[in-house]
Amino acid sequence: MDKKRAFEVKNLFFYYGKTQILNDLSLNIDSGKFYGIVGPNGCGKTTLLDLLIKNKRPASGAIRYLGHNIKRYQRRTLAKEIALVPQDFYINFPFTVKEIVMMGRHPHISRFASPSVEDISIRDEIMERMEIDEFKEKYVTELSGGEKQRVVIARALVQDTPVLILDEGTSNMDIQHTLRTLEMAAESVKLKKRTVVAALHNLNLAAAFCDHIVFMKDGTIVSEGEIDNTLNEQNIKDVFEVDSKVYFDRYSNSKQVVYKR
Amino acid sequence: MIKKTGLGGLPGLQTLLLIFLLLLVIILSTGMGYIKISPTHVLKVIFFKITGIPKLLQGIDGVFPYVIMDVRLPRILTSAIVGAGLSIAGVVFQGILLNPLADPYTLGISAGAAFGASIALLLDITLLGIYSVPLFAFIGAVATLFAVISLSSFEGQTSSNNLILSGIIVAAILSAGISFIKYVADEQVSIIIFWLMGSFGSKTWADVFLTFLFVSTGILICLFFARDLNIISLGDRSANSLGIETNRVRMTLLVTASMITAVCVSVSGIIGFVGLIIPHLMRFIVGPDNRRLIPASALVGAILLLSADTITRAVLPTEVPIGVLTALIGGPFFCYIFKKKRIVKTYG
Repeated sequence: MDKKRAFEVKNLFFYYGKTQILNDLSLNIDSGKFYGIVGPNGCGKTTLLDLLIKNKRPASGAIRYLGHNIKRYQRRTLAKEIALVPQDFYINFPFTVKEIVMMGRHPHISRFASPSVEDISIRDEIMERMEIDEFKEKYVTELSGGEKQRVVIARALVQDTPVLILDEGTSNMDIQHTLRTLEMAAESVKLKKRTVVAALHNLNLAAAFCDHIVFMKDGTIVSEGEIDNTLNEQNIKDVFEVDSKVYFDRYSNSKQVVYKR
Repeated sequence: MIKKTGLGGLPGLQTLLLIFLLLLVIILSTGMGYIKISPTHVLKVIFFKITGIPKLLQGIDGVFPYVIMDVRLPRILTSAIVGAGLSIAGVVFQGILLNPLADPYTLGISAGAAFGASIALLLDITLLGIYSVPLFAFIGAVATLFAVISLSSFEGQTSSNNLILSGIIVAAILSAGISFIKYVADEQVSIIIFWLMGSFGSKTWADVFLTFLFVSTGILICLFFARDLNIISLGDRSANSLGIETNRVRMTLLVTASMITAVCVSVSGIIGFVGLIIPHLMRFIVGPDNRRLIPASALVGAILLLSADTITRAVLPTEVPIGVLTALIGGPFFCYIFKKKRIVKTYG
């Protein structure tokens, strides 16, 4: 068995009622790499991520995580392996920022125990790195969309898992914090061998940060591979139906995409 | 490593203070009423009942033990337990339905209980003596709960919106049914209306033990899942990814809170506003963390409903139905807090 493989997705089908969302989708995700999943709205990115975290069950097909069917994992075990940054975040109750971030330690703290010194220091370190410690006593209900998103990302980071899943996790943030977040994710891929799977809308951000890009359309994978070989005009045309030019940009030190207007 | 066990950071002093306050209110209100009894005499009679030392009764009017033990204490304890139960149920319903507007009656449980009680009163069912109406109310409440759950489940999943919507639909049907029963009830109509407004009059020790059994078990279950309930407020997807079996926890808490509500309604009738206001009030004071919110709400709910019942029993010239009183006092009070704390901002 290949130890470097985080996920092995085989022949996945998923339906909402009678609407087909995923159509015979197969994908391998190697550990220690940054995966970007791109595709038009409604192509099934979020559903695929939901299946990866066992939030939904596939109609047929299987997902293996570290060689074992994901069905066999208890949720609590999985929560120590995979963290999720959801697309939208809505909360009705006035928890403080630091309370929300501490919830990320939930899988590591036994039922009636209080957070340990270690839990608290992990929380404080991440809050500092996400630059949310200055409003850690504020209520999350009072934050702006972008600030809230940073809190949610911090919550996922303190979960301290080998796999991090970002579902458009940066869509509400300003460019400074978007770059910072993706940089942090990319850095943990390099240093901690973390696996990151991110659904992204911005192809240039995908090009700058990801090792591997996955093009999705109509519930299946059109093309996937390393950025250098896979991010090209033809794939963009096939998936998004727009004309573009892909070139290597020296300033960003990555491939970049420009569009024809 | 600091590893505190217990309720995870529950401020012990605050809880002890509230317990002390509750005991104080119980003793003071036991002394209040048509026959005034001093707190020392109340304590002496209670300790006599517990210890059986006859010396404690020296110099106490012979009718006092009867008034205290058989008339007042059962009513007082029932109202305190129901106050705690409805408050807890409110906390839990707001938590699992992710909706600050939810209360113990949101899912139509009160309508179900009222419908069951109305049928028993209409048909004058006395099969089980004085327990016929509470039993029918309980059956009505539980049947409604399961109807609402089955209506809102889809492929084994239940979303909070579906639950609320199903609750509203079922409650609307049952309310129409109650109106019809009132229409055909004729002579019984006033009895039905009085039952619906709630009362703690003529409660017995059996009521005390029954409610205590359900409410205390319920509180323990809710405390067990208190941290899970915190995380469920992040939404299903996040809660699942944090290792919570969201569906299972939600269903467990839903049934627990509904059972608490069903028992409370069946012994006391429908007492509004307690289950909505107390959780909000306590959230302002202790914050939204359910590990603190649940015990604090239980104790304050007990104190406030008992106080309200004592006002209607011993202070007002005529007894006002407790359900009416809680809404009349609680409603404006809540408006005041709501304005003052600008919860629009914190709940935005």
